[in-house]
Amino acid sequence: MSRASEDSNRRMLRARDAMDRAYAQPLDVPALARLAHVSEAHFSRTFRATFGETPHRYLQRRRVERAMFLLRETDRSVTDICFEVGFGSTGTFSRTFRDVVGRSPRAYRKEAVATGVPTCFTMAWTRPSV
Amino acid sequence: MFNAITHSQMYVLDQDEALDFYVGKLGLEVAADVDLGFMRWLAVSVPGHPERQILLEKPGAPAMSEETAAQVRDLVTKGAMGGWVILTTDDCRKTYETLRAQGVEFIEKPTERPYGTDCGLRDPFGNRLRFTQPKTAG
Repeated sequence: MSRASEDSNRRMLRARDAMDRAYAQPLDVPALARLAHVSEAHFSRTFRATFGETPHRYLQRRRVERAMFLLRETDRSVTDICFEVGFGSTGTFSRTFRDVVGRSPRAYRKEAVATGVPTCFTMAWTRPSV
Repeated sequence: MFNAITHSQMYVLDQDEALDFYVGKLGLEVAADVDLGFMRWLAVSVPGHPERQILLEKPGAPAMSEETAAQVRDLVTKGAMGGWVILTTDDCRKTYETLRAQGVEFIEKPTERPYGTDCGLRDPFGNRLRFTQPKTAG
């Protein structure tokens, strides 16, 4: 492992942090690639090599994790939550949610329990599996 | 049985850079900076609280093989090493503005939580830190 790959890791982490913050916005590959000091063409490949999944999939899981949080902790409607976390249609949201979580948003809400630990843990550990 | 936690540890990739960040920017104070010959024992604490120190340890031989140290550095820079801390502050937003003006890399803006206001940042190496203004503190 060379210093170069550590610098690359650190920059990809910076890009991933930016995705975590702007999860409700469309994936802005040009901006993220700039942040990570790689070409747009290399961004997805390098992200995958670093974190084991594509940026697109990571963002989907991040959005679903946020949706799970809102389903657990609020009374807002599923449609509301769908748009709030960045999905463009309720169809895509339901499909992605079910694909990732294995249950529909409504079924998840019914079974969920609220948690009380620091947010960063909830965010990382309730992010559904790859 | 036990009555305190006195030391915890984080891996840093460069101790001078760590000192610049943890002391120069975050305003912690050097609790110990000793060249033991075999290692540099560098620990920081919240000013006035030497009873709780964080050791800023550089991974490397002979404590671990160069290969293992490379794995540790890999994990630190991916933000996956752990060894993070949560600090408390009297004014989360003010501290956030002060640190942001110094170029500290924030991962989360101050946000209201059931337990108070807190935010998250990364050190130069990839370690995660948070600081909280607990609800009970004025």
